[in-house]
Amino acid sequence: MPSTADIQAGLAEILEEVAGVAPADATPEKSFTDDLDVDSLSMVEIATAVEDKFGVAIPDDELANIKTVGDAISFIEKNQG
Amino acid sequence: MSTPTADVVVTGLGATTPLGGDVASTWEALLAGRSGVSRITDDWAKEFPAQLVARLSTEPADVLDRVRIRRLDRSQQVAVIAAEEAWRDAAGADSGVDPLRVAVVFGTGIGGAVTLLDQNDILGSKGPKRVSPFTIPMLMPNGPAAAVGLAVGARAGVHAPVSACASGAEAIRWGLDLLRLDRADMVVVGGTEACIHPLPMAGFSAMRAMTTRNDEPERASRPFDKGRDGFVLGEGAAALVLERADAATARGAKIHARLAGAGGTADGYDLVAPHPEGEGAGRAITAAIRDAGLTAADIGHVNAHATSTPIGDTAEAAAIRDAIGEHPLVTATKSQTGHLLGAAGALESVFSILALREQIVPATANLDDPDDDAAVQALDIVRREPRKATFSAALNDSFGFGGHNMALVFTTA
Repeated sequence: MPSTADIQAGLAEILEEVAGVAPADATPEKSFTDDLDVDSLSMVEIATAVEDKFGVAIPDDELANIKTVGDAISFIEKNQG
Repeated sequence: MSTPTADVVVTGLGATTPLGGDVASTWEALLAGRSGVSRITDDWAKEFPAQLVARLSTEPADVLDRVRIRRLDRSQQVAVIAAEEAWRDAAGADSGVDPLRVAVVFGTGIGGAVTLLDQNDILGSKGPKRVSPFTIPMLMPNGPAAAVGLAVGARAGVHAPVSACASGAEAIRWGLDLLRLDRADMVVVGGTEACIHPLPMAGFSAMRAMTTRNDEPERASRPFDKGRDGFVLGEGAAALVLERADAATARGAKIHARLAGAGGTADGYDLVAPHPEGEGAGRAITAAIRDAGLTAADIGHVNAHATSTPIGDTAEAAAIRDAIGEHPLVTATKSQTGHLLGAAGALESVFSILALREQIVPATANLDDPDDDAAVQALDIVRREPRKATFSAALNDSFGFGGHNMALVFTTA
């Protein structure tokens, strides 16, 4: 099972691929919309990529509650495997 | 504040085409007689009657950042590349223009068809949850205009004329109208197309509109020639920045040419076949010349639509002869670029402006044996080598399936 650091690194890769976010910027306190300029359609793409990478599906109602990189890491940690 | 005038000028040019990744390289290749046409080597094309295309010389992924490549359909990527070049050329960002007074008019013939088809494949193979959330913005026909609007920060309005292969020229006409009506102070206009894919190729082939001279790619697009047998599908985009002459002069902008007039008509004849005598085309040409305050005798150069189809070229030749006369130097640059559909009118307007500015008419490639048709025989079509000439007005015409006819008149700055 991946560690928190692995999840953060994996999420950073996804953010770079989907939204052009520099990996160093993908830190837990960052807000997707306010800090990283990730729009709602890109969040949908990120959710799909998270499912592919970690095997964790994010339902739409949960996706709406994921505001920061840290929120995403916690959700993946809680729901994996 | 100065009073707006109807005098509209071109202060920026941009293009990415099968001949080059920008205006300068495209123009240089055109004058050098180079061809942008090649044969498709992919397996899918082997059974196709028409296997020739004119692909971009520069891949958009080599120019735009990865995120824009991911979120924009190829037709939108090239629109943005051309528009950003034109905007830089016009020094739009430093012009001090209020974004609330900047508009965009950008046309496409087919739009995001490749996205539609690719996403349909994903839908079939992986299901609805795997379809990209960017599918709709990537396939909508106003998508290129919207992407250009974001790129230049236009907030006066973003418009997307769709009139098949006349779309690019129609966008320029709308831009002229917006400035004359004082609805904007600067307008980025143009056209785009990128639909090289088996389905559009099969569709155009089924219409018998495409050349099947597969063994001679560079000689296949041959407007006005006896041996012509259809067009070559090309991809790319071209853009112009338009503004009123007084404002351009006041800010010290470089002025490429005046956009002196425009005309548009509909054939009302057939859904796809042109009127055989070019009746509607001729009316558009006459309207554009009148709108420019000129007479037919003033038109020294025509960049013809001439796609290399058997009926289209003769109908247009009749329209040019009847509406203008036998005196203008005519060229058909699709002989080298292929047919860029919705981008054609914009690209050929760029060529018309450069011809006017540099007083040289590019040659029509592959015109070895002009058609016996009386109108083709009557025209002075430049071939073999570009021809230097003295002229102060050039006309570009564009026609589209649906019976759309557009003509634009440019004059020296």
